[in-house]
Amino acid sequence: MTMINFAHVAKRYPGGFDALRNINLNIDAGEMAFITGHSGAGKSTLLKLITAIERPSRGEATVNGKNLLRLPRRRIPYFRRDIGIIFQDHKLLFDRTVYDNVALPLIVTGADQKEIPRRVRAALEMVGLLDKERMYPVTLSGGEQQRVGIARAVVNKPPLLLADEPTGNLDSALSDEILDLFLGFHHHGVTVLIATHDWHLIDRARQRIIELKQGELLRDTGQKK
Amino acid sequence: MIKNYFLRHAQVFFYSLGQLTRTPVATLLTMAVIGITLALPAGLYVAIDNIQRLARGWEDNGQISLFLKQDVSVAAAEKLSNKIRRTPGVAWVDYISREAALAEFKRLSGFGEALKALDSNPLPAVLIVHPSPAYANPDALQTLLKELRHYNEVDIAQLDLEWVRRLHAMLDLAQQSVFILAAGLGLAVLLIIGNTIRLAVLNRRDEIEITKLIGGTNAFIRRPFLYAGTLQGLLGAIFAWLLLALALLLLSTPIQNLASLYGSQFEAESLSFLATLALIGIGGLLGWLGSRLAVGRHLRAIEPR
Ligand SMILES: Nc1ncnc2c1ncn2[C@@H]1O[C@H](COP(=O)(O)OP(=O)(O)OP(=O)(O)O)[C@@H](O)[C@H]1O
Ligand SMILES: [Mg+2]
Repeated sequence: MTMINFAHVAKRYPGGFDALRNINLNIDAGEMAFITGHSGAGKSTLLKLITAIERPSRGEATVNGKNLLRLPRRRIPYFRRDIGIIFQDHKLLFDRTVYDNVALPLIVTGADQKEIPRRVRAALEMVGLLDKERMYPVTLSGGEQQRVGIARAVVNKPPLLLADEPTGNLDSALSDEILDLFLGFHHHGVTVLIATHDWHLIDRARQRIIELKQGELLRDTGQKK
Repeated sequence: MIKNYFLRHAQVFFYSLGQLTRTPVATLLTMAVIGITLALPAGLYVAIDNIQRLARGWEDNGQISLFLKQDVSVAAAEKLSNKIRRTPGVAWVDYISREAALAEFKRLSGFGEALKALDSNPLPAVLIVHPSPAYANPDALQTLLKELRHYNEVDIAQLDLEWVRRLHAMLDLAQQSVFILAAGLGLAVLLIIGNTIRLAVLNRRDEIEITKLIGGTNAFIRRPFLYAGTLQGLLGAIFAWLLLALALLLLSTPIQNLASLYGSQFEAESLSFLATLALIGIGGLLGWLGSRLAVGRHLRAIEPR
């Protein structure tokens, strides 16, 4: 079953810069893949298309069964609820506790009140931060903040997980911990897509590699058998 | 499901309340500005309302003057006076004879010598009819006037209420002006709340962006701002009510002193229960509308990048 399908997709930013050209890509549900390439190659742009932050300028793009060119604005929130997004800068709310940050997707989707504590703690336990639920993000280390971001992304159990430079600021030991988390989600059947130029991470993971160069698809190792 | 819905709204309500108490100075300032803006038209409304009540008291003093025809004899006039006194709605009747009328006119006008040159008295006799309290309202007085006008002896019948009517006309005009003023100041409240909510939206830019990224709908993101705006409007209206109560408390002694000089028991009244509800309702409505307009406009501009 296809999770992401791009056919002849191009993205031209206002101003005329072509960030992506003629991208053909198919990622099945449950796959794990790394998107790599030099700085400015278009990795983040590709993720922004998948999350409907940006719209493709040309081509056909389908994500999780939805046609991105015909997705109405008011459907975008519902579309995003099936995607967990992890950012290099974490994008946490600094005036709320770890617990409240992780609970946010559940509150946004109107989850059953009685379910929320159980699910938040399950997500925090997965990333090993159960004892920090009452703390505020500023009091946490970079690696811990990133794990809070990961817990928030998976608390809704989305079928698709995207991460943009998830280990950007972390030392290699912490990066390995984060990678193990992603590998764990992958083994549980989640589709995982990670944009990074951390080759140490890519080598260790032994997963599919999609390499971009100046907006074009340079190399795709294809689905791992 | 329904219970969940109300629970969620209650959570947002208390969250918004918490946000307001977290910046007490800003909240109090906004509340004061809205309060003063609302207190102005409400205060004028109260003032006009009180003057109207006072004027209704003056109407009670309305009287009817019956100018009798020249050829009506003193005996006939006194007979008519007695007859009218027994008419329902009449408290008592003063009879001013032609001679008495002339004497008073001479005394008041200073034309005494000139009038001596006239060979006859040009002034008519007058019956002044004082209505009983139950008939002391404009409609009943008009009916009584029509009735009295039909007596043969009566030349002209006149209701001495013109000035009270003019006062009423002026008060009506003043009331209309208060409504126009209120509309203008209501717009000001809308802008004040719109502006504070605009700042709140911009302050929470990151939070809005993140909420959009994790699938929050616009309605969800709007909700706390709408609660905050409505709460500020409500608090402002309550503040306006307190200002009015304070002003009236300070003025009550001078008003009583003034009233006692006129031998009146008049006491100034504040907003009625219904008018108070209306004031608070309008405050809340303006708060909701102001925040709705501001949030709608600024939310669209904040998209994740
Ligand atoms: N909103 C935008 N408007 C115009 N140009 C943009 C915009 N966003 C990105 N670009 C350009 O598109 C190109 C690709 O950007 P993108 O962020 O996708 O690169 P990247 O592969 O993620 O790079 P990095 O490794 O540095 O994060 C860059 O040259 C960038 O300048
Ligand atoms: Mg990037």
